[in-house]
Amino acid sequence: MKKLAKWRLFSLITLMALILSGCGKPYLSTLQPAGEVAKSQFDLMVLSTLIMVGVIIIVTIIFLIVLFRFKRKDESIPKQVEGSHKLEIIWTVIPILLLLVLAVPTVLETFKLADVSAMDKKDEEGNTEALVINVRANLYWWEFEYPNEKIVTSQELVVPTDQKVYFNLKSSDVKHSFWIPAVGGKMDTNTDNINKFWLEFDSKGAEAAGELFYGKCAELCGPSHALMDFKVRALPSDDFDQWVATMQGIEEPVQADTAKAQEGQEIFNNSCIVCHAVTPANTTPEAARQAPNLTNFGDRAYVAGILENNEDNIKKWLTDPETVKPANKMTDTYGDLTPEQIDALAAYLSGLKVQK
Amino acid sequence: MSTNAQKKGFGATLWDFLTTVDHKKIAILYMIAGGFFFLVGGLEAMFIRIQLAVPNNDFVGAGLYNEILTMHGTTMIFLAAMPLLFGFMNAVMPLQIGARDVAFPFVNALGFWLFFFGGVFLNLSWFLGGAPDAGWTSYASLSLASEGHGVDFYLLGLQISGAGTLMGGINFLVTIINMRAPGMTYMRMPLFTWTTFVASALILFAFPALTVGIFLLMFDRLFGSNFFVTAAGGNTVIWEHLFWIFGHPEVYILVLPAFGIFSEIIPVFSRKRLFGYSSMVFATVLIGFLGFMVWAHHMFTVGLGPIANAIFAVATMAIAVPTGIKIFNWLFTMWGGSIKFTTPMHYAVAFIPTFLLGGVTGVMLAAAAADYQYHDTYFVVAHFHYVIVGGVVFAVLAGTQFYWPKMFGTMLNEALGKITFWLFFIGFHLTFFIQHFLGLWGMPRRVFTFIEGQGFETANLVSTIGAFFMAVATVVLLINIIITSIKNEKVGNDPWGDGRTLEWAIPSPPPFYNFKQLPLVRGLDPLWIEKMEGKKGMTPAEPLGDIHMPNNSFTPFVISFGLFVAAFGAMYRLDYNWGLPVLILGMAITFGSMFYRSVKDDHGFHIHKEELTDDNDKGVKA
Repeated sequence: MKKLAKWRLFSLITLMALILSGCGKPYLSTLQPAGEVAKSQFDLMVLSTLIMVGVIIIVTIIFLIVLFRFKRKDESIPKQVEGSHKLEIIWTVIPILLLLVLAVPTVLETFKLADVSAMDKKDEEGNTEALVINVRANLYWWEFEYPNEKIVTSQELVVPTDQKVYFNLKSSDVKHSFWIPAVGGKMDTNTDNINKFWLEFDSKGAEAAGELFYGKCAELCGPSHALMDFKVRALPSDDFDQWVATMQGIEEPVQADTAKAQEGQEIFNNSCIVCHAVTPANTTPEAARQAPNLTNFGDRAYVAGILENNEDNIKKWLTDPETVKPANKMTDTYGDLTPEQIDALAAYLSGLKVQK
Repeated sequence: MSTNAQKKGFGATLWDFLTTVDHKKIAILYMIAGGFFFLVGGLEAMFIRIQLAVPNNDFVGAGLYNEILTMHGTTMIFLAAMPLLFGFMNAVMPLQIGARDVAFPFVNALGFWLFFFGGVFLNLSWFLGGAPDAGWTSYASLSLASEGHGVDFYLLGLQISGAGTLMGGINFLVTIINMRAPGMTYMRMPLFTWTTFVASALILFAFPALTVGIFLLMFDRLFGSNFFVTAAGGNTVIWEHLFWIFGHPEVYILVLPAFGIFSEIIPVFSRKRLFGYSSMVFATVLIGFLGFMVWAHHMFTVGLGPIANAIFAVATMAIAVPTGIKIFNWLFTMWGGSIKFTTPMHYAVAFIPTFLLGGVTGVMLAAAAADYQYHDTYFVVAHFHYVIVGGVVFAVLAGTQFYWPKMFGTMLNEALGKITFWLFFIGFHLTFFIQHFLGLWGMPRRVFTFIEGQGFETANLVSTIGAFFMAVATVVLLINIIITSIKNEKVGNDPWGDGRTLEWAIPSPPPFYNFKQLPLVRGLDPLWIEKMEGKKGMTPAEPLGDIHMPNNSFTPFVISFGLFVAAFGAMYRLDYNWGLPVLILGMAITFGSMFYRSVKDDHGFHIHKEELTDDNDKGVKA
C-alpha cells in the first residue's frame, strides 16, 4: 500500500515534470510567470488562447464534416448556393463579441502596465520614493544605474522582490530591447528617447528560479545579439538593502589579497581601468562609462553575461573575446597578454567580491 | 517551354522574352525569376535551420548569420512571394476579365525588368563584400551602424525593384477598371481578379511609404544627410513608422491574392459557386482598408504609450472579423459540394486550418499587453510563417499546379504533386508549430545561436528536421516540372473539367491575342453559366474584326539596366573615382532610353480578321 502511494507520488511528480518542461525553465519562461507583470500577461495569454481554441474547435468540426461528407461520389452537379444572410450575420457578430471579450482586458492591462506615475513623485532632494533603475543598453552589455542610491553595476541586475521596480530604458549605440521573460514583457531601449516601465519580482518565483532570472536583448543589434544576455538577482528586501549599503560603502577598489591577484590588479590599473570602473559610484559621466562596471565582478554568476563565472572562463574571455562574443567592443583594445598576465588578471577579477 | 519556342531556336526565344510585352510571357518571366529567388531564399532558410539545429553551433558565424537572415526575409518577401503572385496576376487576371492584354503592356515589361535588375543587384552583394545584415526591417540605428556596403545593396536594390512593383500595381488597377469584357461588371469579377485589384490598390498606397523611407535612409548612408541620425537631431522611430506603414499592408498585398487563388480553386473542385460572393468581396476590401490602420502593432514595445497601443490593438483585432468571414465562406462553399481532391485542392483544404492557426495567433499578438512578451520572439516567427507560408506559399504551390496547364498547355503530374504537398505540409507544421513554444519559453528571434541548458535544444532540432521535409518537397516539385516539360502532353481549354471562369474558355496556352472575339459575360462564373445551358463556349460580344496588338520592345530592359548601372555608381561614389561617372552614365542610359521611347511613334500592328479565320479555330469558340 505504501509502495503504491510512493508509486503514485512518483508518477505525479513525473507528470508535473512533463507539464513543467512544457512550460520551459522557471528562470526564463513566460509560461512560469514570476511577477505581477508577467502574471497579468500570462492571464491575457490564457484568455486569448481559450477564446481561440474555441474558434479552432468550431472551425475544425465544420472542416471535418465537409471533408468526409462531401467527397465526390458521382458526376452530378450540386446545388449552386449563393449564400445565406442568416449564417453570414452569425459569423460576423459572434467573432465581434468574442473580440470584445478580449479587447476590454487588453486595453485595461495596457494602461495598467504603462502606469509609471510613481516615478514622478519626488522628495526635496529629487529622489523618488519608488526604486528606480536606469538601464543603459550597449553593444553587447548592460549597465544598471541606481540614481537614488548613486551606484552603478553591470551585467547582473540586483533587485528587491515583492515591490514595484521602475525602469528608465535607453541605449547608447543602436536599438536594443530589455526583456526578462519570466518577470514581464519587454520594452525597447531606443536611441532617441527614454522609455519607462515597471516590473515586480515575485519572491516565490525568484525562489523557484534559484534567485537568478535570465534577461535577454530582444532586438537585433549586431552579430552578438544572441549573446547579449544579462542576469537578474532578485533578493528579499532586507538583503537588497544590505547589498546597496555594501556597494555604497565601497569607495576604493576592492584590494587583491594574494600576490598573483596583486600582479593582476597592477595590470588592470595600467590598462583595463580606462574603460572598466571598479568602484560603484555613479559620479563619472555616462559617456566615460565605456565598458561594464566590475566592482562586484567576483559575485556575479556569469562572465560576459553568458559563460559561467570561473577562472577558466575568465581566461577564455580575456585571451580571445572575439570567439566568445563576435564583434564585441573589447577585442583589440588591449595588447597581447601573456598567459601569466591572463592568469594574474583572472585571479584579480575573481577576487572582486563585495559580499564576503 | 512551348513547342512553338522550341521550333524558333534558343537565340530567337531569348530575344523574344527579352523584348516581350505580352502579359502571358511576362508572367512566365515572373515565375522563372520568382522561382529562382524562391530557391535562393529557401537555401538561406536551410542554412538558418542547420545553424540552429544544435546549441552553440558554428556552421555559420555570427556576422554571416545576420546576412543570411536578412537576405532570407528580403528575398522571400520582395523577390519570391511578390513576383510569383505577380506572375499569376499577369497570367490569369487579364484572361479572367476577358481582356486581350493589360492596359499598358510596355509598362508591364518595364515593371518586370526593374524588379529583376533590383533583385539581381541585391543578391550580387554576396559576391561584392557581403550582404545586408540589419534584418529585412533594416531598423535605422542598426542599418546606419552597419559597416560595408551590405545595407546599400538593400536600399538601392529595393528602390529599383520597388519602382517595378509600383508600376505593376498601377497597371493592374487600370486594366481592371478599363478593360473588362462586355457584361463583366465589378460584381461579376472572379475573386482572384478582385484580390488583385485590392492588392494593387494597397501597392499604390503602401509602396510610396517604403520608397520614401528607403530614400531617406539612402541619403543618410550615401549622401551625408541626418534624417535618422539621433546625435544630429534625427529620429529612428520615424523609420519604423515609415517601414511598417508599408510593411503591414505588404502582408495583405501578399495574402489577398493568395486568398484569391484559393477562392478560384475551391469552387472549381467543389463544383459549387463561391458561397457568399458579395461578402467575400466586401471582406477583401475591408481587409485592405483596415490593413492601413494597424501598422503600429509591430511597434508595441517601442514606447508609443498606452493610448496608441490600445487603439492599434483594438484595430488589429478588428481584422479578424473579415478574415473569419472568408474562412467560413470557403468552408460553406465546400459544404454541399462535390469535392474532388486534386493537388490544388489538397493545398486549398490544408490552407484553411493552417491559416486559421496563423490568424488566431495574430489575434493573440494583437493583445498589446501580452504582445510585450511575444514581440521579437520565436512566437512571432511561428505566427508570420503560418500566415505567409501557410497562406502565400501554399497558394503559390496550389496556383502552380492549378494554372500550369493554362500557362504551358500541359498538366503537372498529379501523383508527384501530391507527394510534394504531403512532404511540404508535414515539414511545414513540424518546423513552425514548435516555434510558438520556443518563443514562449523565452527564445528571442534573429539569434545566430543559443546557449545550452535553456531548454531550447529539442524543439530547435525538431524544427530543423521539418525544414528538410520542405526542402525535399521543393526538389520533388522541380523534378515534376522537368518531367512534365519533357513529356509535354497537350491539353484542351478546360483541363480540370470544371472551370468556371473565362480563362478556361480559351486554349491552353491561349493564343497571343487571347480572345479572337471578346466574350459576352452574363453573370458570375461566365463559363459555368454557358456550360450549364449546354453550350461549349462563350458567346462573342463583337463580330470578328482586326485586333490591334503592341510591338515588342527592348527599351524596358535598357531603362532598367541603366538604373542597375547607376546604383553601382551611387554606391561606390565615395570609394572610387569612377563612381560618379558611372552614376551619371547609368542615369543617362535610363533617361536616354525613356526619351527614345517618348519621341518614337510605335503604333503597334493589326492582326487582320482573315488571318484569324484561317487559324484553325484556335481562338474562342463561336
